[in-house]
Amino acid sequence: MATVTSNNINSDNRARSSKVESPWKVMLKRLRRNKLAIVGLVVLIIMAVAAIFAPFLTDFGRDETNLARSNAAPDAEYRLGADSLGRDIYTRLLYGARISLTVGFVATGLRIFIGVVLGGVAGYYGKTVDNIIMRIADIVSCLPFLPMAITFVAIRGPSIYNVMLVLAILGWPGIARIVRAEILSLREREFMEAATALGISDFKKITSHLIPNTMASIIVSATTGIADAILTESTLSFLGLGVAPPTPTWGNMLTDANNQFVLQHRWWQWVPPGLVIFIAVLSLNLLGDGLRDALDPRLKQ
Amino acid sequence: MAEQLRVDDRVELDDKDLVVVKNLKKYFPITGGFLKRVVGQVHAVEDISFTIRRGETLGIVGESGCGKSTTGRTILRLLEKTDGEVYYDGKEVFGLSKSEMVNLRTKMQIVFQDPYSSLNPRKTVAQICGEALVEHGLAKKGKEVNDIVSETIEKCGLAPYHIRRYPHEFSGGQRQRIGIARALTLNPEFIVCDEPVSALDVSIQSQIINLLMDLQQDMGLTYLFISHDLSVVKHISDRIGVMYLGNMVELAGKHDLYESPLHPYTQALLSAIPVPDPKKKRERIVLKGDIPSPANPPKGCTFHTRCPYAMDVCKEVTPEFIESAPDHFVACHLVNKR
Repeated sequence: MATVTSNNINSDNRARSSKVESPWKVMLKRLRRNKLAIVGLVVLIIMAVAAIFAPFLTDFGRDETNLARSNAAPDAEYRLGADSLGRDIYTRLLYGARISLTVGFVATGLRIFIGVVLGGVAGYYGKTVDNIIMRIADIVSCLPFLPMAITFVAIRGPSIYNVMLVLAILGWPGIARIVRAEILSLREREFMEAATALGISDFKKITSHLIPNTMASIIVSATTGIADAILTESTLSFLGLGVAPPTPTWGNMLTDANNQFVLQHRWWQWVPPGLVIFIAVLSLNLLGDGLRDALDPRLKQ
Repeated sequence: MAEQLRVDDRVELDDKDLVVVKNLKKYFPITGGFLKRVVGQVHAVEDISFTIRRGETLGIVGESGCGKSTTGRTILRLLEKTDGEVYYDGKEVFGLSKSEMVNLRTKMQIVFQDPYSSLNPRKTVAQICGEALVEHGLAKKGKEVNDIVSETIEKCGLAPYHIRRYPHEFSGGQRQRIGIARALTLNPEFIVCDEPVSALDVSIQSQIINLLMDLQQDMGLTYLFISHDLSVVKHISDRIGVMYLGNMVELAGKHDLYESPLHPYTQALLSAIPVPDPKKKRERIVLKGDIPSPANPPKGCTFHTRCPYAMDVCKEVTPEFIESAPDHFVACHLVNKR
């Protein structure tokens, strides 16, 4: 043991190259290597841009009806056909993206916020706090979704904001459980003890040490969550509890076409919104997978 | 007999003592059953007292599960004590308020055994080492912190450009250097080294040991060095304490301890050090039986179940930890009877 060895050797070559990259750049570089994730991202960006610039992409007004041409099949005038009131499907698809995407992202954002805060506090402090929060989570996840949502919206009145709220309030226990479970195992790791020894505050320990380490699972459940929210919004709209009728969403366009005759003879009334929902959900999932991998610094290449 | 002084009476009088541990106890509850009632207690640290002098390295050895790490962590208040006192620079560590404790954290640090789980995988070296500087308001985020961190990791044998990298990009030895750098950025006085080289291979061990010794000289650090490797402890320490089942059985200067161990357990432990000479005959003292469970430690001297010299008194009376020879503390009826 007494042999003196030089202290300045880097016994390993792995860390020798002197190129320095910011974590964000590393993440983007990794994401770029994942072709499918990039396809997902591009599709979502196109959808978002189309939603924002909807008035410039179509000649029709959102609710412009032409009863003479109701239920028209796709032709030169109505590129994707018209619905039962003679409104252009393509136009309504563009405007519908505004509502559907907003509901998806905002509702999921809220849900994750509540879930991460409560799950983080429960996991970190444990004991009584943990018991109280997780029992509340159990109660909330026991509540049947539709009756609760109907009651909530009946009290507060149907609107897009109430749909988002109800999705967040009834949906947080899933995220909270995931975050809590991960934090329970992470807080026993030695780097947390090191943080205590360095005098780092509880708040910083939770927000900067524990939660970033749970990002991978949060992102995965967020991407499926957005897809879920888009679908749930359509359910609520169908029941007359979501977005009020003249305003189009992908969900209520689908439910407009809800009968045997339409399904058999007027495919243009239900295929486009269905396809758009399908593509949006698929893109979200691909992007989510790619992000999860790109955010994990342990995975090489 | 007249020369015998109890540790308790000596402490606090001495200005040279940085850390004074008095009758420290740490029990962990064992819970069981449906209602999670406490059904027993693991006596991880049982009434130990010692002092660490400014600028010295106090080594602690003992087999696994004897309470070495628990002692180190309780001194730093990473664990709450069950009983006893710990004085750091004259202040009772467990009597401090939350904000006073945060201030004290800048003075005492810890280096961990496992260089893999002790670094947050999602933070760069700059973040790992610089976080505390920002937290304590010692430097501004950004360039100022990065400069201090670069300087510190250079001291620890890494290059400044390493600060932007993540822990997984380093080897075990390099990671341990990052762990040491993290402890050093706050410019502490006292570092608990909790088996800092046990997870490394032998050639890297000597590098890290030498690094720790160089840093001690440059920065005037005081170490509590915990290890189960007797030769490592001998190399780095000034004084060595031997622990058995939550008790400190012997504490002496390293030459004193290695040349004339007084406690039978220390004698057995030292006889197990391999000698790099195949022809040399050595006498091994082989202990019989296993180490008793710390949840149910034996009465009297905890070592009496395996001690070759056990007497009747050992089974009944707990031996006091007293100074049998100058600066040589032993807890043994056999030795202290004389």
